[in-house]
Amino acid sequence: MRLIGWAIALAAAGLTPAAAQTPASAPSQTSSAASTPSVNATPPAGTAQNPGQPDVAQSIAIVPGSVGHALPTPGIGQPDGRKGLQDQFTPIGREAANFHDYWLLPLCAIISAIVLILMVVAIVRFRRGANPVPSRNSHNTTIEVIWTLVPVLILVAIAIPSIRLLRHTYTPPPADLTVKVTGHQWYWSYELPDYGVSFDSYMLKEANDPTRQANQRARTDADGPPLLAVDNRLVIPAGKVVKFIVTADDVIHSFAMPSFWIKQDANPGQLHETWAKVDRQGVYFGQCSELCGARHGFMPISIEVTSPAQFAQWVASKGGHMPGAAPAAPDSTAASPVSTASPAAAAAAVPAAAPSPSPATATNTNVANRATQAQ
Amino acid sequence: MSTTADSLHLQPHEAHGAHHEADHKPGFFVRWFMSTNHKDIGTLYLIFAILAGTIGGAISGIMRWELMEPGIQVLNHAWPIGSGTANFDEWTHHWNVLISAHALIMIFFTIMPAMMGGFGNWFVPLMIGAPDMAFPRMNNISFWLLVPSFLLLLGSTLVSGGTGLGAGTGWTLYAPLSTSGSAGPAVDMVIFSMHLAGASSILGAINFITTIFNMRAPGMTLHKMPLFVWSVLVTAFLLLLALPVLAGAITMLLTDRNFGTAFFDASGGGNVVLYQHLFWFFGHPEVYIMVLPGFGMISQIVATFSRKPVFGYLGMAYAMVAIGVIGFVVWAHHMFTTGMSVDEKMYFTAATMIIAVPTGVKIFSWIATMWGGSITFETPMLFAIGFIFLFTVGGVTGVVLANGGVDTYMQDTYYVVAHFHYVLSLGAIFSIFAGFYYWFPKMSGRMYNELLGKLHFFIMFIGVNMVFFPMHFLGLDGMPRRIPDYTPAFAYWNKISSIGYMITAVGVAIFFVNLFWSLAAGRKAPNNPWGEGATTLEWTLSSPPPFHQFSTLPVID
Repeated sequence: MRLIGWAIALAAAGLTPAAAQTPASAPSQTSSAASTPSVNATPPAGTAQNPGQPDVAQSIAIVPGSVGHALPTPGIGQPDGRKGLQDQFTPIGREAANFHDYWLLPLCAIISAIVLILMVVAIVRFRRGANPVPSRNSHNTTIEVIWTLVPVLILVAIAIPSIRLLRHTYTPPPADLTVKVTGHQWYWSYELPDYGVSFDSYMLKEANDPTRQANQRARTDADGPPLLAVDNRLVIPAGKVVKFIVTADDVIHSFAMPSFWIKQDANPGQLHETWAKVDRQGVYFGQCSELCGARHGFMPISIEVTSPAQFAQWVASKGGHMPGAAPAAPDSTAASPVSTASPAAAAAAVPAAAPSPSPATATNTNVANRATQAQ
Repeated sequence: MSTTADSLHLQPHEAHGAHHEADHKPGFFVRWFMSTNHKDIGTLYLIFAILAGTIGGAISGIMRWELMEPGIQVLNHAWPIGSGTANFDEWTHHWNVLISAHALIMIFFTIMPAMMGGFGNWFVPLMIGAPDMAFPRMNNISFWLLVPSFLLLLGSTLVSGGTGLGAGTGWTLYAPLSTSGSAGPAVDMVIFSMHLAGASSILGAINFITTIFNMRAPGMTLHKMPLFVWSVLVTAFLLLLALPVLAGAITMLLTDRNFGTAFFDASGGGNVVLYQHLFWFFGHPEVYIMVLPGFGMISQIVATFSRKPVFGYLGMAYAMVAIGVIGFVVWAHHMFTTGMSVDEKMYFTAATMIIAVPTGVKIFSWIATMWGGSITFETPMLFAIGFIFLFTVGGVTGVVLANGGVDTYMQDTYYVVAHFHYVLSLGAIFSIFAGFYYWFPKMSGRMYNELLGKLHFFIMFIGVNMVFFPMHFLGLDGMPRRIPDYTPAFAYWNKISSIGYMITAVGVAIFFVNLFWSLAAGRKAPNNPWGEGATTLEWTLSSPPPFHQFSTLPVID
């Protein structure tokens, strides 16, 4: 059966004019490309855009379990093949997941079941063998009013918790920490302007991936699942309200973290915000969720949630400084590729010298997600 | 009535004396390439839709093959699109080309031509008792615009789209991926292709509206029109109002790409989200354009095989009008994660859920039509019953997605893919198959093979559910759309889904066997093979109908 299916697919695919077309330059590579993944494959041109990250981790030995390299827990903060939502670790996530699991999903099942049962009853009772003479009824105002009004009531019963969820999502508590997230083709960069930290975060390739360059560290299971693990995780403290300011510098990306119930498109030229207050320490994985070109499927997001003390340790390891402390290395932000690329980022880092958490982050509560033009 | 029409329509033609053939059919080239006959144009549309659907379905086969297991194992082989490259970025770009082409082909070149062009052309004039469409020559150009449009789309896969051959922007063509993100002529060709397809549909819509408003037989008031004609009328208005917005949006893309404008470029004062608003102002009515004619066909079929008039006729007709109207004011539920304000999200959440009310009226009315009937289960009825249940499943997941706060999680995951394939692949496509089997005897003059038809239904029903139901699980577990490779945790349900594709392909193969066998050797079809339940005018004519029908207009009492 499998062969038949593919034979049909192939035969039909052959109908496309493209089938007849083979680029003249390619035939010699066709055979080598046929072995997966081919060791003869030329390094992708696209890696030219990936500035062969000088991996910090290669100069400093990675200690699995240390801050920034905490061990992920299977089944938490990552997909595990289940038939339901990922476990939630934010207040909004729990509210939304409960709304889905204990209200929307049962309603879906009940409505589908009612329709199915009515149809089965109709099929059995009113088949020609059982009911040779059809009735001629074609109107019944009462029942038509009922099946218009009952769905309205059900929808109102859905809308009330739904609108409440939206209101809660859009009234975040004052932020303790602000992270600027920038999507690029095809990696993320993170910036903690109040802490003088900024860095890029690339997917870790598999050891046997022919497109992995010599200076790129290969993924290990301590980093996370394949295609989800990154070289530099974003680290945030547990129990703190973290505000993510999301933008992009080329095409639209989308910053998504399923187990925090956040997803915010990263629009070039616009700043949008979303927030999360994560109460469990651990490692969480997400993926870019807006088609952004060839390697859209290969720019994951990984966030490590730690204790505040470990967070401070991580900030120091990234060359940053805790608010109130003297800047450890004033030039560190300027040296990073991200802030040199983005003047706005350098400007945003200035309030970091203030002794208390930045006032800019604390005042911004009710303007959530209003688009502002960045430039 | 049919005999009267048959005998009368010949007389004017015999006066010409050029042809003595009973039906006065022109020669092959004139008949099929310069056609002004609504039935011939309908046939051309159906053939076109079947060819395009085969290509679109084959592309989904390549996609399911690639997704069957983690890793890149198909894109790196020689493939029709951009064969023989060894560059990882080109492989994954070709993935994006496949997903874009699959969507565009299925929407613009399969479902729309089959429903409006095929069944609409064939049966709107027959059902309202008209001799032909209002503008026969415009009808012809509507079809022939679609051919270059399709060639432009296929041809775009032969030219550069930036990273590799073809346009890898998704069918939504979001800026700036479709502007600064895709160098090369491929995206321009796709834009021109959409322009032509849109012009084709607008001309078709004008034709349908004029025909339905002006050419109904005496006594055929709007409130006596068959529901299929109602559905085509509502769809034609949706096309007429939605497609110009798409044309404007993609023209702005074109000038952004080529003439230095910055409608969607923030660095020039533009706004990338503006494109999405324009696109979905078209895009959401578009999903109703794809399914409303299906609603109409299902109403005819359920009434026919239940041997009962449609329950709640007026409610059914105005439910479609309501769906059409509300369909224009809910577009931004496709954009819940773009950074909308909370007020916008609340409005679009509420407005979207309202659509469930008229849709529910339709579902319950179909069941009430069956209730008390004397139902037989020929293939069209099986597809109609399958449609009603599966459309309900797709509908309730739509209500889940309508909630802006919940959609944060679901947006751009496989949950959305599952949802819209339940309403389109199992909704629109099932209704097309239902309509095809229902009207095949009328169109071809031959009966299809009932056993093969039933086999087709049951195998395809199992297959498509296996393809798409597991996608709900993948989406809930967080798998994003439009990715060629995935982390191993998603492997199990993807494999099930791919096996489901193979089963579906077997079902479709049976359809083709049935189609060709029946065309060649099917039993001769009577005027009305479906019995007393089939009350619309097309069943009063011969099978196939005469080349020109209703020279004397039928009178509806």
